[in-house]
Amino acid sequence: MRLLKLVPDNTNVHFLKWQWPTTIVSVLLMIASWTLVFTEGLNYGVDFVGGQMIRVTFTQSANAPVAALRGEIEKLGYGEPVIQRVGNPNEVSIRMRLPHGAESNPGLSDQMVKVIRADLKSHHPDARVDGVDSVSGKVSGELKWTAFKALGFAALAISIYIWFRFEWQFGVGALVSLVHDVSLTMGLFAVTQMEFDLTIVAAILTILGYSLNDTIVVYDRIRENLKKYRRMPMNELLDLSVNETLARTIMVAATMLITLTALLVLGPKVIFGFSAALIVGIVVATYSSIYAAAPMLTWLGVTGQSFVATETAVDRQEKLARGES
Amino acid sequence: MLDFPVWKRIWVWALTLIVAACSLPTLVTQLGGTWPSQLPSPQVNLGLDLAGGSQLLLEAQPSDVAKQRLETMNETVRTRMRDAKPRIQIGDVSTANGRLSFLLEDPSQLDAAREALLPALNGTGSVREWDLQVVDGSRFVLSQTQQGLDQAVTQAMDSATEVVRKRIDALGTREPTIVREGAKRIMVQVPGLQNPQQLKDLLGKTAELEFKLVDTTALQSDIAQGIVPPGDEIVPYAPGTPGAGTSIAVKRLGGIRGDTLTNAQQTNEPQTNEPVVSIQFNGQGADKFGRLTTENVNKPFAIILDGQVLSAPNINEPILGGSAIISGSFTTQSANELAIQLRSGALPVKLTVVDESTVSAELGADSIHKGAIAMLVGTVIIVLLIAAAYGRFGIYADLAVIINVLMILGVMAVFDTTLTLPGIAGFVLTIGTAVDANVLINERIREERRRGRKPFQAVDLGYKEASRTIFDANITHVIAATLMFMFGSGPIKGFAVVLMIGIVTSVFTAVYLTRMWVALWLRRARPADINI
Repeated sequence: MRLLKLVPDNTNVHFLKWQWPTTIVSVLLMIASWTLVFTEGLNYGVDFVGGQMIRVTFTQSANAPVAALRGEIEKLGYGEPVIQRVGNPNEVSIRMRLPHGAESNPGLSDQMVKVIRADLKSHHPDARVDGVDSVSGKVSGELKWTAFKALGFAALAISIYIWFRFEWQFGVGALVSLVHDVSLTMGLFAVTQMEFDLTIVAAILTILGYSLNDTIVVYDRIRENLKKYRRMPMNELLDLSVNETLARTIMVAATMLITLTALLVLGPKVIFGFSAALIVGIVVATYSSIYAAAPMLTWLGVTGQSFVATETAVDRQEKLARGES
Repeated sequence: MLDFPVWKRIWVWALTLIVAACSLPTLVTQLGGTWPSQLPSPQVNLGLDLAGGSQLLLEAQPSDVAKQRLETMNETVRTRMRDAKPRIQIGDVSTANGRLSFLLEDPSQLDAAREALLPALNGTGSVREWDLQVVDGSRFVLSQTQQGLDQAVTQAMDSATEVVRKRIDALGTREPTIVREGAKRIMVQVPGLQNPQQLKDLLGKTAELEFKLVDTTALQSDIAQGIVPPGDEIVPYAPGTPGAGTSIAVKRLGGIRGDTLTNAQQTNEPQTNEPVVSIQFNGQGADKFGRLTTENVNKPFAIILDGQVLSAPNINEPILGGSAIISGSFTTQSANELAIQLRSGALPVKLTVVDESTVSAELGADSIHKGAIAMLVGTVIIVLLIAAAYGRFGIYADLAVIINVLMILGVMAVFDTTLTLPGIAGFVLTIGTAVDANVLINERIREERRRGRKPFQAVDLGYKEASRTIFDANITHVIAATLMFMFGSGPIKGFAVVLMIGIVTSVFTAVYLTRMWVALWLRRARPADINI
């Protein structure tokens, strides 16, 4: 039986020939991502800015009457709603800011939900309220802060781990490719204005883990080859390592993308953004483990000598004992 | 690495099968079957986003507790000074800025006053609860210590949690989860509850009931202008009562608090058929109530709930049996609500809802259904792909993936964890990473074969070399998952739990289990070549 091979045996692609163009593209994309995040802003969910979110399905309609809804709710005098389709065209989420003074009087926001629900029912008898989320400004502030803390600590902890396991250059390389992957994912959310909530933070943490996983596999091979082929020019050695791990890289990316696509297409719409973030993150992470993580090492001065074991005092004594100088 | 003596094989199989079997009760129930009740049945709980239901996060304000303690201290100081022998005269009492300060009329009583106060400053616990300062030789300033306040908040939250539990139990909803979160929050989850309004109404009141005498001498014009007659306080009528919008003056002292009730029921007033709440005092409360009503026949007294007057009926005759009727323009529902609140006791501190989320049962069921389909389709495609790519080795890997899913469910059931929607995503992801380990191993075996190593040696080296990488790679996932668990809330935690369990079980199934199968096959078949 012939087995399926996604990547032919003994590939010899000169990946590093493209290191400059790809680096420029990567840097430009990162700048673009952050510019967008700061200019366009992220479309934060109620988790992060506080407010009310009401999820509604119009059971008898093919399409949710978004424009009509917006007009109706605006008339209620609670400010402008943010109405978005979630998944199916007949499902929407309606987000409202907390009414003025709701921090001190929680009854106000209850009242608002009641009014909106009643209004929905009267205009659209087929509207089914699937869920209501209400987050106070205080809790959302805490959630935002802990989310950023989690991201920061994760990046730091993982880099320290790599620094211990490998040389410092590898730690820096891993960190750079990690920042790259997370930046581009954030960029995606700034461009598409998909809702950025707590589950997306979980997705980004996962991308962080995956990005490093991918980088480590390549780095592991580079380290192994550095010990094996001391005299090989660095670029050639990096190409060799990337090629040797290519079959694995592609295979794993493929399996991850298959499961995530299944989740995106067939899974519940509530985690659509989560799946989308992971898909982009994994594509980017695969690319960066080849084009960002590997070339970084040459720039940071890793050479064939980096992994030659330095002579320890014990080695020296043993040598002397054997009568060698 | 390929040595598997019989005892090891038994051990590995036993562990695998037992853990995987723990997933069966959950699977059988979810697929619509019934699990025999005589067997042990660990179950994976479904989070509210999958089961449908409501979740409320309630928060107490420590400043409320501080204010209450200040009031209590105020009373204590007055009593102690009055009861001191000789009596200590104090004046200019103020509770501004969170501190209690008062002036001694006679500075020579300084030591006596200090002596009388000291026991009250330390409270019951081991921490000092109040700081005492003496200014200008005659002014006492009492301020709360942080430890004292913290302890009071903790105590208040402990009893608040109990009260919340009692109130929710009275609603008759099934299996609510009520847990303390941090120092001043309580998380309430009620599966199946679609509209939490009733729950919020029930928990939104502290339900502190007081009976106070109405000061009939107070002028209505004074009250309207907010001029408080000496020894009185002004209390507004509750919205919905006939007197709503107006206030009355009641005597500050000499009233009764409703913390001595043994029971409260919603009933209907026999003559008017109006919904009312009948209450029953305990022995001590009944005595006090009897004395109050006896001494004040033909005077009105106010029934006050949470600082608002419900009604101010006339005392027609002494009420000695310890049971009374509260009327206050109730509907049957609001009377019933008040009865529950009074039965469960007053909340020691007001709780506000800071976070609330409701998921309909339809959406929850839809999420489970779609999540399961996505998982199934993803798994089937991967299983086929891996089998096509690595032949026999791929089939071993596939078996490992399937066992892995069962084992994750099993571990979750045993540890009584909750599966949430992000948790399902975690499952899908874990399947991906579990495959990663086998891909690493099998690619390595391929490589070693290409370098011309014999099958046995290639497999041995493949596992050995790949294991190091797998270990490194999984550690990064463990770090990410741990941080998600530590800092995350709600959805992030649900995801992290599955991820962490999945990392451990996937390394076991993908590395250890497949290695055993491959080793046994190699020893039995002794193939001259392996197709990989």
